[in-house]
Amino acid sequence: MKTLDLFASELKVINVGLTSFKESLEQEGFKVVQVDWRPPAGGDEEVMEALRKLMGK
Amino acid sequence: MVAKGAIRKGEYFDSVTLMLVARDASKIEGVLDAAIVMGTAQNKSILEMSEMLLDEFKNTSDNDLIIAVKAKDEATAVSGLKKTEELLEKSRQKTTDSSEYMPKSIESAFKVLPGANMVIISVAGKYAAEEAMKALQHDLHVMIFSDNVPKDKTLEVKKLGREKGLLVMGPDCGTAIINGAPLGFANVVNRGDIGIVSAAGTGLQEVSSIISNEGEGISQGIGTGGIDMKKEFGGLSFLTGLEALIADPQTKIITLISKPPHPEVLERIGEVLKTNKKPVVAAFLGADPALVKSIGAIPASSLEEAALLSVSLSKGISMEQFNKEIEESENKLKELAKDLAKQLQPEQKYVRGLFQGGTLAYETQVILKDMIGDINSNVPLDPKLRLADSWRSVGHTVVDLGEDEFTVGRPHPQIDFSLRNKRILEEARDKSVAIIYLDVVIGHGTNLNPGEELAPVIAEAKKVGNSLIIVSVTGTDRDPQNKSKIVKMYKDAGAVVLERNASASRLTGYILQKLGGK
Amino acid sequence: MVDMDKANKEALRRLVSATPKLVGMGKAINVVPGMKKNMLLHAGPPVTWDRMCGPMKGGVIAALIYEGMAHTKEEAETLAASGQVEFSPCHHHQAVGPMAGIVSPSMPVYIIENAAFGNKSYATMNEGLGKVLRMGAYSPDVIERLKWMEEVFYPTLDRAIRFLDGMDMKSIIAQALHMGDELHNRNRGATSLFYRAIAPAIVRTTSDPLVIEKVLRFIDGNDHTFLNLSMATAKASLDPARDIEGSTMVVCMARNGTDFGIQVSGLGDEWFTAPAEVPPNALYFAGFTKEDANPDIGDSSIMETAGLGGFAIGAAPAIVQFTGGTPKDALNKTLSMYEITIGENTAYQVPYLNFRGTPTGIDVRLVVEKGLLPFIDTGIAHKDPGVGQVGAGLVDAPMEVFKKAIIAFSKKYA
Repeated sequence: MKTLDLFASELKVINVGLTSFKESLEQEGFKVVQVDWRPPAGGDEEVMEALRKLMGK
Repeated sequence: MVAKGAIRKGEYFDSVTLMLVARDASKIEGVLDAAIVMGTAQNKSILEMSEMLLDEFKNTSDNDLIIAVKAKDEATAVSGLKKTEELLEKSRQKTTDSSEYMPKSIESAFKVLPGANMVIISVAGKYAAEEAMKALQHDLHVMIFSDNVPKDKTLEVKKLGREKGLLVMGPDCGTAIINGAPLGFANVVNRGDIGIVSAAGTGLQEVSSIISNEGEGISQGIGTGGIDMKKEFGGLSFLTGLEALIADPQTKIITLISKPPHPEVLERIGEVLKTNKKPVVAAFLGADPALVKSIGAIPASSLEEAALLSVSLSKGISMEQFNKEIEESENKLKELAKDLAKQLQPEQKYVRGLFQGGTLAYETQVILKDMIGDINSNVPLDPKLRLADSWRSVGHTVVDLGEDEFTVGRPHPQIDFSLRNKRILEEARDKSVAIIYLDVVIGHGTNLNPGEELAPVIAEAKKVGNSLIIVSVTGTDRDPQNKSKIVKMYKDAGAVVLERNASASRLTGYILQKLGGK
Repeated sequence: MVDMDKANKEALRRLVSATPKLVGMGKAINVVPGMKKNMLLHAGPPVTWDRMCGPMKGGVIAALIYEGMAHTKEEAETLAASGQVEFSPCHHHQAVGPMAGIVSPSMPVYIIENAAFGNKSYATMNEGLGKVLRMGAYSPDVIERLKWMEEVFYPTLDRAIRFLDGMDMKSIIAQALHMGDELHNRNRGATSLFYRAIAPAIVRTTSDPLVIEKVLRFIDGNDHTFLNLSMATAKASLDPARDIEGSTMVVCMARNGTDFGIQVSGLGDEWFTAPAEVPPNALYFAGFTKEDANPDIGDSSIMETAGLGGFAIGAAPAIVQFTGGTPKDALNKTLSMYEITIGENTAYQVPYLNFRGTPTGIDVRLVVEKGLLPFIDTGIAHKDPGVGQVGAGLVDAPMEVFKKAIIAFSKKYA
């Protein structure tokens, strides 16, 4: 069961967004990597839609 | 306009280092231009064009370093030159190592941290679902703090999570505690054998804090986000969390927190609980206890009660003993209410609850409704009681300052106290107010100085008016803010401080009943 | 729907399998495909005289004077505006040019041959720094230098190259990356290797010691001698990867000082353009500021398109500070480009990444999906013709061109 696997393993987090969440986790001794995220297609809906069609989403 | 210069014989610097120092030197106040170049013929002609080719430079060679500074007067040129030379020295000593590579996507993050098992997403709602799908496709559990995720995308993400047996905590999920780690706005609590599934962020904070303060602990605190228990989302996240706790060997007691779930969702929960043998405490705030019992759970009428019940079950205390302890503390509360009521003037009639935590605002209304009657609110239990203007209290009022009308373009009230501080003083000047009620929810992600930022306002409120100020603090001593220090600061400022929202709410109710505040 | 990943794999394979060799030289009118007596080639996507920026106009003026088609600036301008001069992008003629990138019929060009796929590419010789044609200078000494290059420099080089039976460009570039070059803004290592290879051949094939000395000093005095060769090498390597059905690999990034343009393998010859920008974070030489800068210009972004230049900046500590920091920052910049490329180069490596191949083959889908733009390590020209280079820095390609390409790709294939 994937949730039980999670509970039994060391928590390793990928943080996408507010960096304060990463800092909190590091303060408590947990491993986190911060994603330097930026909006796809610069936020352009038409382009995002075209991309989705191409990526088969 | 004056130019000053210096020559460093036999000193070699890379041309780019020199350009960078020159750029910083040009920013020195009073400096019009700066050049730091090797003494080549070409560089000298550039200096000549900029009127910085001093006589002393004319015989320099390619291996000599020229420093030239142009300023509006002699004094500035001289000091500018000195500062420039200092900058040059500093650049030589530059040994700072920059930060590690920051991956630009979940895919590359997974390469940097193989074995990653959880993704926390807090980007704008418009994009959050797509990121969540990526995480799930990589077989990672996910927490979505973001709100305003489009409904169809929310459903898609929750469905995929349920299919794959992965946790989808959110959207709209502000709190979770996984493997002891605080995710989002969360408190540092003891590990133990009580597992929680919560569709209420501050609800999870309150219950987990009380459990920890009572000496017991949390195995897992699974948040689902506030919208999960609605019909359209069918409790999909909640069910995955519940199944996980039922199967988890570390979890011996299960606690559920939510506003009353949609009947279909409640039924599904009932289905899952059929094969469960662990005790389940359910705080479905405001729900009919009989309904809760019918699905095989022990009903708790408040977050506090849910926490204490779970603690008792964990400690193995009998229900009889438990009820006895509850009765004793309730009597103490009534005594305190009697004393406090004496401090009030006849015209003081109303409670004004100003809340950081949405769940707590809800719980307080549920409790007070039966004790003092109608409560106006921007998140009313009864739509008829909706405030015409959220910024203006009427009669008994409970305001959730985390709602959209207060938070557009502003940080969450658990982080930024300024709006509430203003409102506190407005209420304090209102002579019809008997009690100003405040929740303070500490922990990771929230304001780091709740004592310094609120205590003076409490003191000021006590000066300008005669209201009682009742504060409920949610948190533990292991939180980054120093809880005992905060509690003391509020008490010193004149507030009545409790560490449980339900008790503080009932205290408020008892006081108002003494005044005939019904 | 077409298998884009498969198409991209093939595009990358062709790019990294190139065998670019400098085989000789010739005059543009004789060797450059489609060159005409009244034609001037220029850098970047197609542009008309009225839209050209200052340095490019200056370059055109210089070229027309050099060709003897005009005698003064005014005559040249009138001729250029008359419609009698045909302007065409270098890229449409298998050529590339740095900065203004002007190629005129009488100019000698290097010939690079990619035997693996049988295609060729062409580029003029680099004039040096300061007041030069590619920066828009057209004064008499610029013309005089160009004449010397045509009459003395070119034949000397050509004889030497043929004496050597040609020169392998890939191995020079690969070695230069181990010497701190990134082959766009930093070419000192590559130029030195070129000098070492060509010097004995010049001595053997030119009899006048004064000519030998002047030619060698000319190469020695210009660190960017190799730039034009590396650009032609990149062009020759990329051209076979064009026109692969379903491939989203960028085969060309180029600027003319007014527009920034790209071409994509699976989208044929279509240019996707957006306004060229002045690099916002650049270092300027003493006496110059951002206000003096011309927008991004030159075909030299072909280097990044081929996995070199800015993409290899982790290999170039000496100019690392253009990234605003330390060698570690430069490595991080290179690392970030792996996120938008199809794969890694097989020949060109970054020593400080344990000799990992450079990020190669920009995938338009990844650029748009991750919102992460390819950056270019570029020189900056003064916006007025003839002043020269005023600075250097990193500039991001504009998002708009990649967006346009995705929409076009989706219309064609989805």
